[in-house]
Amino acid sequence: MHHHKNKICLRYQRLFNVQKGQSPMDIGKNGQKTKKFGGELMNITELTVHELQEKLKNKEITITDITKAYTERIEEKEKEVGAFVTTLTEQALKQSKEVQAKIESGEIIGEYAGIPIGIKDNICTKGVKTTCSSKMLENFIAPYNATVMEKINNENMINLGKLNMDEFAMGGSTEYSYFKKTRNPWNLNKVPGGSSGGSAAAVASNMVPWALGSDTGGSIRQPASFCGVVGLKPTYGLVSRYGLVAFASSLDQIGPITKDVTDCANLLNLITGHDKKDTTSEDMPKKDYTKCLKNDVKGLKIGVPKEFFGEGINEEVKEALENTIEEYKKMGAEIEEFSLDIAQYALATYYIIACAEASSNLGRFDGIRYGYRTSEFKNLKELYKKSRSEGFGEEVKRRIILGTYVLSSGYYDAYYKKAQQVRTLVMNEFNKAFKNFDVILTPTSPTVAFDIGSKSDNPLEMYLADICTVSVNIAGLPGISIPVGVDKQGMPIGMQLIGNRFQEETILNVAYTMEQKIKFRENYKPSFKGGAK
Amino acid sequence: MSRNDYEVIIGLEVHSELSTKTKIFCSCPTEFGGAPNTHTCPICMAMPGTLPVLNEKVVEYAVKAGLATNCTISRNSKNDRKNYYYPDLPKSYQISQFDKPLCEEGYVEIDTENGKKKIRLERIHIEEDAGKLNHDDFGGGTLVDLNRAGVPLIEIVSKPDLRSSEEVESYMRKLKSILEYIEVSDCKMQEGSLRADVNVSVHKPGEPLGTRTEMKNMNSFRSIVRAIEYEVERQIDVLEDGGKIEQETLRWDDVSGKTFPMRDKEDAQDYRYFPEPDLVAIKLSEEYIENVKSTLPELPESRKQRYLQEYELTEKDANIITASKYLSDLFESAIKVCNNPKAVNNWIISDISRILNETEMEPISIPFDGNQLGKLVVLIDNGTISSSIGKKVLTELFENPRDPEIIIKEKGWIQISDEGAIKEVVMKILNANPQSVSDFKAGKDKALGFLVGQAMKETKGQANPKMLNEMFLEELKK
Repeated sequence: MHHHKNKICLRYQRLFNVQKGQSPMDIGKNGQKTKKFGGELMNITELTVHELQEKLKNKEITITDITKAYTERIEEKEKEVGAFVTTLTEQALKQSKEVQAKIESGEIIGEYAGIPIGIKDNICTKGVKTTCSSKMLENFIAPYNATVMEKINNENMINLGKLNMDEFAMGGSTEYSYFKKTRNPWNLNKVPGGSSGGSAAAVASNMVPWALGSDTGGSIRQPASFCGVVGLKPTYGLVSRYGLVAFASSLDQIGPITKDVTDCANLLNLITGHDKKDTTSEDMPKKDYTKCLKNDVKGLKIGVPKEFFGEGINEEVKEALENTIEEYKKMGAEIEEFSLDIAQYALATYYIIACAEASSNLGRFDGIRYGYRTSEFKNLKELYKKSRSEGFGEEVKRRIILGTYVLSSGYYDAYYKKAQQVRTLVMNEFNKAFKNFDVILTPTSPTVAFDIGSKSDNPLEMYLADICTVSVNIAGLPGISIPVGVDKQGMPIGMQLIGNRFQEETILNVAYTMEQKIKFRENYKPSFKGGAK
Repeated sequence: MSRNDYEVIIGLEVHSELSTKTKIFCSCPTEFGGAPNTHTCPICMAMPGTLPVLNEKVVEYAVKAGLATNCTISRNSKNDRKNYYYPDLPKSYQISQFDKPLCEEGYVEIDTENGKKKIRLERIHIEEDAGKLNHDDFGGGTLVDLNRAGVPLIEIVSKPDLRSSEEVESYMRKLKSILEYIEVSDCKMQEGSLRADVNVSVHKPGEPLGTRTEMKNMNSFRSIVRAIEYEVERQIDVLEDGGKIEQETLRWDDVSGKTFPMRDKEDAQDYRYFPEPDLVAIKLSEEYIENVKSTLPELPESRKQRYLQEYELTEKDANIITASKYLSDLFESAIKVCNNPKAVNNWIISDISRILNETEMEPISIPFDGNQLGKLVVLIDNGTISSSIGKKVLTELFENPRDPEIIIKEKGWIQISDEGAIKEVVMKILNANPQSVSDFKAGKDKALGFLVGQAMKETKGQANPKMLNEMFLEELKK
C-alpha cells in the first residue's frame, strides 16, 4: 500500500519538480510576472471558497480583492484555456464594490456574499446571454433566472461569467461548442472533458473559485476527473431543474464543480431544496452537507463492481484506483468486489433515452419565437428545416435524429420501450447492491483526458467515455468524482463514488476522507503546458 | 342503390376548454380575448429551461366530467408528449395523455326516435390547447398569439356508436349540458370552448366497416349536422362509383357546404408519443375521488324528473329547460321568488326562447337573473301589470336588466286597477262606440273583445284587463 502511494508521489515529483503548495504557473517560466496586491493577494485565486471565507472573516482580504484577483486571473488565463462563453468581469467588479459597501454598512451578512462563481452556459441567467454554446441561442437572453441562479443571487454571490460546454450539453470533450474549444489546464493539447468542460477547466485554472455544471450522463463528473477537480452529480430531484435548458429531462441534474470536497458540500447546500416550479424536485427537509465530512470510513462497506475495471479501462487508471481501494482498506473500510452485470447495457439505454427526450426537448428551437432563424425561406417547412439545419451542430443533429428514430411508430417498442425496461433493471440492480454496500467505487472515466481532435470525428468512441458515469444517471443516483492521482504524463485520474438515492452525505464523507489522505490539490497543479501558439 | 343501403358509423372527439382561472401548466389567466400574447409567461411561451406544473384544478374538473359521464377514474394516470411542429405549438409538443387517460369506459344517454340510447365513451383525457395564428390579410404574414396556449382542455372520445347526424347533435347537446351542469366548462361554441372532431364512415350492413374520414374543429351544431350529411353523401357517391374512400383529414367549409382534404399524405403525422418526463405521475386516492364525487351537482336527467313530478311540466318543456344549466338555474331561482312554476315555465319556453333564437344568444349570456324574472311573474300575478306589459318588461330585461318594479315605475307601466278610473274609461269607450254596443246586445260576443281592446289602447295597455272585462259586461247588461 505504502509502495503504491509513494509511486504516485514520486511521479509528481518527477513531472513538476516543484515544492508543495506552489503552483507551477506562478513560477513564471515564460518570464510572466504575477501582480501583487499587498503581498499575499497573488494567491487569492488558489484558495478554496472555505479558505476565502476564513480570510474574509479574519479581515485579511476584502470582497473587492477577491473579485479583482479573479478578473485578473481570467485576463491572464482565458486566452489559453478558453473556458468562458461570456465573461462578466466589469459587471463583477462593480457588483463586488456594491457588495463590499453593503457588508461594511452591515446590510448583508450572507455567508457567501461577494464570493465569485462561474455558471455553465445552459443555466438561465436573467439579462445575461444563455447560449448553450450553440449558434441557435447565440444571442438568447433569458427573461428569467433559473432557480439555482435565484439562490446564488440571494446570497449576493458574484457571477464571473458563463462557461463553455458541448452544444446543448451533448458531448464529452467540449469540442462540440459552436464558439470555441476549451483546453485542459493540465495540458492545453488535451480536452477538458465535457460537457461541463468550461466549468471544470475554469475551476482547475483558478479563473473561478467554483462553478455550476450540469450532468446528464457524466457531464460534471467526467470533466471534473479530466481537470483534477471535484464534481458532484446530485440525486435526481435534489436540485431544481427550473431554468436549466433541458437536454434529457429524466436524467439532467445541476451540480457543483469545486476545488475540494468541503466546497462541494457548501455549494450543494446552496443549490438544493424543493422547488414548486419543478415537480420532479423532491420535497424533503434541507440537509447541511458539511456536517457529514467526518474523515472517517471505518466500518463502511464499499462495493467495487468488477465490470468497471475490465476491458477498455486504461491500466494506469486501474492502478490508481486500486491504490485508492487499498488505502480505504487501511482506513478500516470493508471492500468487496461484486458484479453489476447490467451496467453493460447502461450505455445503450442511456443513449436511447437521452436522445429520445432531447429530440422532443429541442423541438422548441424552431426559429419562430427566439433563437436563430434562417435568413431566407419559401414556406413554413423550409423555415423549420433551414433554421434547425443551420442553427444546430453535427452532434446535436445526430442525437435529434437518433432520438426521433427511436420514438417513431414501429420502432418505439424495440428501442424506447426496451430502454425503459432496462432502466428499471439497472435501478433494481443498484437497489440490490445498496442493500450490501454504502457506496460503490469505480473509475470516473476509462481514460484520462484525451487529445483535442482525437475522438471528435468518432462519435461511438466519444460515447464510450461516458461508460462509467451513465448508469448513475439512468438510476437517478448521486455520484461524485474526486482526483486520486495523475498518470505518467501528469494527467489527473478521477475516482467515482456512487451513493444510494439522497445519500450524498455518504459519498461526500468517503470522498472527503480520501481527499484528506491524498491531498491532491496540495500535491498536484496544472501546468498549462502545450497548446496552440 | 340508395343511401338506405348503407349504415353510417360516427365517432366523436369532443374538445372542451375547462373554465379554470389559470392555465394547465402555468399561472397565466385563461380568459378569452385580451391583446395578443398578454396572457403569457416564459412557461407557456416555451422559453428554454422552463418546466410545466400541473394545475390541480384541471385534474379535479376532468374527474368531475368523468364521474358525470359514468367513467371509471384511473387511480394511476400520467401525461405524455405528443410531438409535432406548428407555430401555434411553442414547445413543439403538446402535453396530453396517451395510454393512461384520467377517465375510461363511460357512457351518456341520448334520446332518439326509438327511445333512449347509450353512447359509450372510450376515454376522457386532459391536455393543453395550442395558440392561435392570425393571418394578416395585408401582407404582414402570419402572427402567433399564444394567449390560448396552455388553456386546459378535456378530450372526450366516444366509441363509434353514433348512426346519424341527429344522434350526433343530440349527443353533443347532452355533453354540453352535462359539462355546463358540473361547471367545468362554459361551452361557448363561438369562442371555440366546445368543439368536435367528427369521424365518419359508411358501409353496407353485414360488410366490414368502411374507411373513415375525419373533420376537424367543428364548432357549431348546424355545421356538424350539415358536414355529416354532406360527407355521408360524398362517401356513398364515391363507393357507388366504384371508388375508394381515402383515410384523410378533412376541412368543412361552411360557405360552399363542402369538405376538402386538409393535409396531403406526405405529411402523415407520427406524433412520437412518450411519457412526459417533466411531470410526475398522477395518483388519485379513493378518498380524493369520493370527495370530488360529493361535489357533483344534480345532473339534468334528475332535474328533469323532479320538474315532471314536482312542477308537473310537460316532458317537452322539461327537456328544453333542463338541456341548459343556465335555463334550468333561471327557472329554479325564479320560482323561488314567485312560487309559480307554470308561469315561469311559460316565460322560458315561449318568450325567452324566442328572443334567444332571434338574437342567436346562448342561455349563458342571458343578462338578467332568476330574481328579476320571478319578480316579473309576481307583478303580473298580483295585478300590478298586465301580461302584455310583462312582455315589454321582458324586452327591457334583455336590453337593460334591472328590477322590474323600477322598470314599470320609470316607464309608467303600472296597471290601472282603480275602479273609478276603470269605470271612467269604460264609459268613454261605450259612448264612443254605440255600434259595438248594439252588436253585443244583438248577440255578437266578439264586440266585447273589440271594446276591451279599445279601452286597453286608450290606457296604453295599463288597464287591468280582468276588471275591464267585468265592468264592460256589467254596463252592457244594464
